[in-house]
Amino acid sequence: MNKSTRILLDKLLRHLILIMVGIFFALPLVWMVSTSLKSNRQIFVFPPQWIPKPVIWRNYPDVFDYAPFLLYFKNTMIIEVACILGTLLSSSLVAYGFSRLNAPGKDFLFILMLSTMMLPYQVWMIPLYVLFTKIGWVNTFYPLTIPAFFGNALYIFLLRQFFLTIPKELEDAARLDGCSYFRIYWQIMLPLTKPALATVVIFTFMGVWNDFLGPLLYLQEPEKYTLAIGLQVFLTQHGADWGLLMAASTMIVLPVIVTFFFTQKQFIQGIVLTGLKG
Amino acid sequence: MKYSNLKKQEIFAFYTFISPWLIGFILFTGGPVIASLYFSLTNYTVLSKPEFIGFGNYSSLFKDPLFWTSLYNTIYYAVFFIPLGILIAFGLSILLNQNVKGLAIYRTVYYLPSIVPAVANAILWIWLLNPQWGLINTMLKMLGIEGPGWLTSEQWAKPGLILMSLWGVGSWIIIYLAGLQGVPEQLYEAAEVDGATKLQRFLYITIPLMTPTIFFTLVTGLIGAFQVFTQAYIMTNGGPVNSTLFYALYLFRNAFNYLKMGYASSMAWILFLIVLTLTLVQFKLANKWVFYE
Repeated sequence: MNKSTRILLDKLLRHLILIMVGIFFALPLVWMVSTSLKSNRQIFVFPPQWIPKPVIWRNYPDVFDYAPFLLYFKNTMIIEVACILGTLLSSSLVAYGFSRLNAPGKDFLFILMLSTMMLPYQVWMIPLYVLFTKIGWVNTFYPLTIPAFFGNALYIFLLRQFFLTIPKELEDAARLDGCSYFRIYWQIMLPLTKPALATVVIFTFMGVWNDFLGPLLYLQEPEKYTLAIGLQVFLTQHGADWGLLMAASTMIVLPVIVTFFFTQKQFIQGIVLTGLKG
Repeated sequence: MKYSNLKKQEIFAFYTFISPWLIGFILFTGGPVIASLYFSLTNYTVLSKPEFIGFGNYSSLFKDPLFWTSLYNTIYYAVFFIPLGILIAFGLSILLNQNVKGLAIYRTVYYLPSIVPAVANAILWIWLLNPQWGLINTMLKMLGIEGPGWLTSEQWAKPGLILMSLWGVGSWIIIYLAGLQGVPEQLYEAAEVDGATKLQRFLYITIPLMTPTIFFTLVTGLIGAFQVFTQAYIMTNGGPVNSTLFYALYLFRNAFNYLKMGYASSMAWILFLIVLTLTLVQFKLANKWVFYE
């Protein structure tokens, strides 16, 4: 065998493995969509039909008849907007402080902040629950939104790293002209930080969309449910109706996948920068 | 120490800028952490006032068979999921890193599962692991293999959940790929000139330079294993026969089903000590095998 055939064979083999593994990664999602387009009679057959014949769309409108998913969507979006605004504002303010200003105690506080990222959430979950119960926040969105206005260690770290890459000369010139720190942050730094802010928006959006434990702890009335908790309750009520369950799941997965496709670059960058799990 | 006016201004500005985090830290993290340490030394149940009982919770925990079960299940999960996850992520990233055509497509396909929202993911996998009509046993049946009962089987429920986690290993693939892309090309070229074989180049260049990445996934994987909650809560609720009662789930039950807040807090602190010890041990070991440039 000469060298060029060996390289070609090598390439082919590599693609073969990548495709085979790719199929294993893709099949569950294909199966989810496929099941959502079937009637019960088509679901319970062997061998399975990958493309339903006929395609049954009924499961999708049925989901909304069985549970108020539009209300859940509205609730989720209220929390989304509050959390995104709160996180953006607070995390960027704090990140600016940590990246540009010097004061005694700064290094200690920075390390303290980083170490909270290593702390398992269970260590503060219980007293926090007691606190929110005592001040009457259970069954409101406050426990899920207000903390976002106090910065998130991970995003503060990410934004700080980004601020550090911006040349300091810009600010020094502005300082000499008598510009306040706040104006520098607001008018010079923030506009230059758009890509990193976009990453924060995307990950916050995904975090709220996926959050299960928070709503499980704090939202008890069905009128307050988010999509995640609504979907779990839906499962307990329609446990064997796979067409219906897969239709509901597909609708909740779809926005996440669409977001990913439109923002791939920020996504990949965010994962690499922080090692964040999506 | 005396500060100039300008410096005073800067110090004031620093604390103003970081005040959101500082206040949030005291209210939502630092304060609760201290309260949790105190709770762990009491018999607090929300309904009654906390009564100090010293290390009573801790000594009852060590006598609680379910505590050991939950610890065993969690370690079982970590021992299988983390090495397999690293192997898959490393292997795939190596294949992807060789200027393959269609990299973006492969990357997307591998990554997508990891962003499926947890609840939808749990429901999807209950269906995939359905013993009779699920995709996995259907495929096995096509190969002539009788699939196990997965989530309904005491023996197979954990492997089922591990399989599900491996499906979501996409973010690790991205991290490994970024790590591989950071290995300088000249190193490979120099080694090739010196007559190193492909295997030698992999063993003596790729692996040493990837140890920080492997180390990172090891630490985060371990911390993650002790926080596995949503899947177990939704898919099996700890069953069958407590075979998927993971640490975080048992902690949650104690706190919010049995309202044993003190008991659950002591579990949280043991969890904290375990995570801390594992992380420190890993950092210590890392000095021996992690290669930093």
